[in-house]
Amino acid sequence: MSSTAPTRTPHANSPEPHAATAPAVAVKGVGKTFGATEVLKGIDLTVPAGATTCLIGPSGSGKSTLLRCIAFLEEATKGTITIKGDPLGFAEAANGQRTRLSPQNIRSVRSRIGMVFQQFNLWPHMTALGNVCEALVTVRKMKRKEAEERGMAQLSRVGLEHRATHYPSELSGGQQQRVAIARALALDPEILLFDEPTASLDPELTGEVLNVMRDLAGSGMTLLVVTHEIGFAATVGESIAFLDHGRLLLNGTPREVFGEPRHPRLAQFLETYLDRGAATLL
Amino acid sequence: MSFKLFELMLWAAGYTVVLSAISIVIGLTIGLCVCAAKLARSRALSIPATVFISFFRGVPLLVQLLLIYNLLPAIGISVPSVVAAVIGLSLCTAAYQAENLRGGFNSVPKGLLEAADMVGLSPWQQLKRIRAPIALRLTLPALVNEAILILKASSLISVVGVIELTRMAQNLSASTYRPLLFYSVAGGLYLVICWTVAGGGALAERLTRTSRA
Repeated sequence: MSSTAPTRTPHANSPEPHAATAPAVAVKGVGKTFGATEVLKGIDLTVPAGATTCLIGPSGSGKSTLLRCIAFLEEATKGTITIKGDPLGFAEAANGQRTRLSPQNIRSVRSRIGMVFQQFNLWPHMTALGNVCEALVTVRKMKRKEAEERGMAQLSRVGLEHRATHYPSELSGGQQQRVAIARALALDPEILLFDEPTASLDPELTGEVLNVMRDLAGSGMTLLVVTHEIGFAATVGESIAFLDHGRLLLNGTPREVFGEPRHPRLAQFLETYLDRGAATLL
Repeated sequence: MSFKLFELMLWAAGYTVVLSAISIVIGLTIGLCVCAAKLARSRALSIPATVFISFFRGVPLLVQLLLIYNLLPAIGISVPSVVAAVIGLSLCTAAYQAENLRGGFNSVPKGLLEAADMVGLSPWQQLKRIRAPIALRLTLPALVNEAILILKASSLISVVGVIELTRMAQNLSASTYRPLLFYSVAGGLYLVICWTVAGGGALAERLTRTSRA
């Protein structure tokens, strides 16, 4: 049974024998509360494999929290998340009881996910190449030379092989974010998550990061992108999810979501982009 | 001042440097442990650490030295006065270094650890590869500062009978009736030592700097 699962590491708690056909990420009934605040109110979302899914919505709608739950940087208080059929963090029994999985299991499922942060989060005491190679050497136990070859390949994939020996403080914001993308790519993730990757960049530097992401989307990787770049979502996204007040309001192809007639809440949200001219891209 | 007497002053300065260096190294080791205990989630660890820090920061070093010097024999431990002095200096600097280190560890941005989490680094690997190197870089200036403070504070151990630089200057001025000369020489020697430490610290900062800008 498990021989049909294209997993690289054995997963002890794999309930779905046909992981090959399972969606990249399946979110079922996920809720998240911080104290008294209910940030996510029961989200059901399927992220198809090999496609780019964009999570959009106003500030405070819960889209970043949802992404962080999928990265297991936050723990959902309700519901389950599966990665290619394998439960992440919690397993749900038939009676709805959630049990926490072992740290080894969590690490193993999580190792198939890569994450790119709004603030880049490059380690300042390591060079660009050092950042990309760190996990290859420390976690994957690769030989330094082999890891560096692989690291250089990833840096050239984002067009930064000539900046390999630079420290993050010597790079522009756009270059730092591209190094962060290379760092995530080096581990060959099945799914790459982006948390507002261009939100802390000057408009001038946004383009170079979006171009790298466009290339990745074109290469058939599974991307899940929280973004305010509506133009990017509309042109690159193959699936759009619109969140509002902790609920998934709309989910479909860009044509379905952005096409007329528009959901009134989405129309209102897109209004805010009119003065930036992005809505003309739709 | 004859060369013989100057040699005695130099020897005493060397003794000051050695005792301070030993105290700083022991203090840093204890300080790391106290910092780890203070940062621990378990209150059984963090409360003793807090008590330790508030005692050794709140009681004057001079009083601490006299306490330790008199306490150890009272509980049946007889040690040479120099050992009591080193214990006092170490414990005092440990409290300050623990707080400096805690500041450094708390200043490591959370996002850097989330990034480490996402690429699969275990908590121990994160400490070794990310947290400690960044925290120590952030703490380095404060640690150099603390080293200089301890070098100067080591003059206090003369009260428990250790003949270091200050005590030597006292003894020699008493026997030669030339206090101005010997205290000037002592002051000059302290200055040279502290400049050297500050210079070493600046060099270390430059060597660990992560940009050529």
